[in-house]
Amino acid sequence: MRRLFFVLPIVVFLALLAAMFWGLNSERDPGALPSMLIGKQAPVFSLPDLYDQGLVDEGVLADGTPKLLSFFASWCIPCLAEHPVLKSLANDRGINIIGVAWKNKADDAKGWLEKHGNPYQLTLHDLPGRTGIDWGVYGIPETFLVDGKGKVIFRHAGPLTPQILSKKLMPLLEGLGL
Amino acid sequence: MGRKQRRLIIILLSALCLAAAAALVMLAFRDNIVFFFGPSEIKAGKVQPGKRIRVGGLVVEGSVVKVGEKVSFGITDGNESVDIHYVGILPDLFREGQGIVAEGVLNQNLVFTASEVLAKHDENYMPPEVAEALKKSGHWKEGMEQ
Amino acid sequence: MINEIGHFALVLALGLAIAQSLFSLWGAAKRDLTLMTIGRRAAYLQFFALALSFAALTNAFLVSDFSLAVVAENSHSAKPLLFKFAGVWGNHEGSILLWVLILALFGAAVSWFGQGLPVTLQARVIGVQGLIGLGFLAFIVGTSDPFLRVFPAPLDGRDLNPLLQDIGLAIHPPMLYLGYVGFSVAFAFAIAALLEGQVDAAWGRWVRPWTLVAWIFLTGGISLGSWWAYYELGWGGWWFWDPVENVSFMPWLTGTALLHSAIVVEKREALRSWTILLAILTFSLSLIGTFIVRSGLLTSVHAFAVDPERGVFILGLLAIAIGGSLILYAWRAPDMKGGGIFAPVSREGALLLNNLLLATAMATVFLGTLYPLIIEAINGAKISIGPPFYSQTFVPLMVPLLVAMGIGPLLPWKRGDLVKLAGRLKLVALMTAFVMAIVLWKDAGQLWPVFGIGLAAWVISTALVDLAGRLGLPKASLAVAWKRAGGLPRAAYGMALAHIGLAVAVIGMVGSSFWTEEFIGLMKSGDSQDLAGYHFQLEKMEAAEGPNYQARRAIVSVQDSGGNKYTMEPEQRFYPVRKQTTTEAAIRTTLWGDVYVTLGEVQKDGVVLRLAFRSMIPWLWFGALLLVLGGLLSLSDRRLRVAAPSKVSEA
Repeated sequence: MRRLFFVLPIVVFLALLAAMFWGLNSERDPGALPSMLIGKQAPVFSLPDLYDQGLVDEGVLADGTPKLLSFFASWCIPCLAEHPVLKSLANDRGINIIGVAWKNKADDAKGWLEKHGNPYQLTLHDLPGRTGIDWGVYGIPETFLVDGKGKVIFRHAGPLTPQILSKKLMPLLEGLGL
Repeated sequence: MGRKQRRLIIILLSALCLAAAAALVMLAFRDNIVFFFGPSEIKAGKVQPGKRIRVGGLVVEGSVVKVGEKVSFGITDGNESVDIHYVGILPDLFREGQGIVAEGVLNQNLVFTASEVLAKHDENYMPPEVAEALKKSGHWKEGMEQ
Repeated sequence: MINEIGHFALVLALGLAIAQSLFSLWGAAKRDLTLMTIGRRAAYLQFFALALSFAALTNAFLVSDFSLAVVAENSHSAKPLLFKFAGVWGNHEGSILLWVLILALFGAAVSWFGQGLPVTLQARVIGVQGLIGLGFLAFIVGTSDPFLRVFPAPLDGRDLNPLLQDIGLAIHPPMLYLGYVGFSVAFAFAIAALLEGQVDAAWGRWVRPWTLVAWIFLTGGISLGSWWAYYELGWGGWWFWDPVENVSFMPWLTGTALLHSAIVVEKREALRSWTILLAILTFSLSLIGTFIVRSGLLTSVHAFAVDPERGVFILGLLAIAIGGSLILYAWRAPDMKGGGIFAPVSREGALLLNNLLLATAMATVFLGTLYPLIIEAINGAKISIGPPFYSQTFVPLMVPLLVAMGIGPLLPWKRGDLVKLAGRLKLVALMTAFVMAIVLWKDAGQLWPVFGIGLAAWVISTALVDLAGRLGLPKASLAVAWKRAGGLPRAAYGMALAHIGLAVAVIGMVGSSFWTEEFIGLMKSGDSQDLAGYHFQLEKMEAAEGPNYQARRAIVSVQDSGGNKYTMEPEQRFYPVRKQTTTEAAIRTTLWGDVYVTLGEVQKDGVVLRLAFRSMIPWLWFGALLLVLGGLLSLSDRRLRVAAPSKVSEA
């Protein structure tokens, strides 16, 4: 009877442990919002081409080739940090990347791409930032991987580092046969 | 006083302490648990007006109207939206399109009067409850599932 | 190169932690002095290795070496030097490194200062500390390596979250960690005692200073965090019952209980198994605190980034450390003999009541913090529990605690005399009634503040009456009392100071909750507003430039009822790198409260200003300071010094 008292703390702790373990499951991951896009069709959008080639809509993401969609801006320093990674993806591996200049003046964005090199197959312009919000962009840079049918497969917030590239993005790209 | 009596007193004292705490907790639970709701649940009439709740969602684009210290704006989970009235200074990170949580009371006309509006200290913030409400509504943004 | 040395030292520390726990525990079991000495040396070496590693990381932040991922993500070359330095622990990896560094510091401290301890007890304490260090070092090396490289190195970093660029917050985490981790010593003592199968007065005496050190830091850390929220967040609130605050408060509550129950163990050898449990609980709550902040398990306004992999790892560590120690407790503690007998009305009785109330109070905070998670696990409902819950559960429990806090020190050990006690309380009752009458007269209509401040007055006057009694007053002459004052142990003054400090803080809490006056409104240049006897006038708005931000500033002139004039300059700062805005409140402190001005939205026809007079707030910070000073004073008492040889032989 007396011993029972001393076992009580363990029982309470086990219950707590169970609750905490449950709380950690990936379903409940508080950062789960981005995964809501994952496995779903890309949001509808209609954006002007940065180089004035007319309006582009989400159909461009469903042309059969998997693509990266990269939100960037000339004012964004981490974007510069990830720029070499994007360039090597485009030039060395031939990955299609669509850039979205987010809340950025057209001339600034163009000047920046001219200065640092342009890895984008197509550059769109989201001056008001609305499309970014539709995509759930927190802050830039952010990168999405869309399969050939317009379905979002992967998202990364923050600059693409070589680690993230090799650990997360490359296996997915290889899975798509790229 | 013997060892037995002493122990009895200690046990009684502890029991009293625990009972008092349990009573306090029960009482507090009765009226102080703030439930969290998304706009869809509010529009579906799941919330009793006058009860203190939290609502969360994304601030609707172009809905923010400021008159002096009074602010009104809408929040949405993609399906429904709810109007929020608030008096005070908004958090630094309050923006259109940003996920926020407001605490306050709903009135009969389904307008929410907030006494507190919270955003997080990091722009990468999406309050988990907001994420949940958005998930429950099935849409992250209208038209996404087509 | 420096980074590589740092990384190497980190891995080396992992090896040393293994050696420290292995040799110490094995040596203690075998009663082999050589092995135990190796264990002790390993504790020193582990500390040096971690210090080296931490220095290397600090260097990377100071020279803005963006080839390290943590630096690139949390620093920026344009940041002021102090915040580059604070950036070292302003992120997950660095903060955990600081955590183990402090743990190793305490391990080394036990090796150094604990030489008066029985050798096997000391070796076991060091061994258990080594085990904790081992777990967390494995966590760092496995999932949170601060020396991870980015290649190619970015040109500049992402900058530290501007809200965290603040002096209060720069020193807040290290202090909090010193507190959290400091309780690891009490924990290790508890485990060692369970292994030894022996708890006696000497054990109580050794545990107390270590607990006191941790308690002082935790008190300081919590107060600083609260102070930071008060002036940085610009809402004027100082405690929000946010999960992150609660998790630091829970070990404080049990730590305070432990501090008091250890006295009973030391003086009367009673409450032994309870004290052991408290020591285990206190450190367990510290670990859970670290875990919750890091896992994003609970909704909080300020939490670190979430990484489920890390969460699972820490949860595993928690399961082993807490579960293991509780199992050991259930196995060994029932065999401990009960201690000295005491009457319900006695010093022990009062301390027991203190422990019960503190533990119950902790349980309510615990329930409020984790209930949402538990409910969600059971039926998926999302709920949150806010301040009203705590003011209905926690606050009422504090009332008997404050009453008992006053009486306790006046009671003798073993058996008290109610009649004698009543005699001594006469003066106290008089002083309390006097203060309550003043408050009632000043603030007619509200009874709660009268009651709250009356409680504080009760505690302060009992502390003073107790001190006077110890000096022999009023019977003895002043000269005799003065002589005795020098001979009184410092711990006695420390206790009185800490109790008074808490009471002063209570006055601050009560005053700020009931008497704060506030105005929020749109003001144009030239507009004025009267509030709480102050006359505010918005003179003009101007732009300002900081090292890594731009600011808008309001110039507000304020005139108090005495005719003194000054200007206050609240700011809104914009940090371009993070695209983030922060609010800098302008605060002017007076004896009776803070004048607090914050700048809100700038609109076409003016700016939103929030003017407030936050009554009694400075008392809160002053009370916290007294608590810390009281703790330090007690710590300086030579009777508490572990190495004091006379005490060891006496035991």
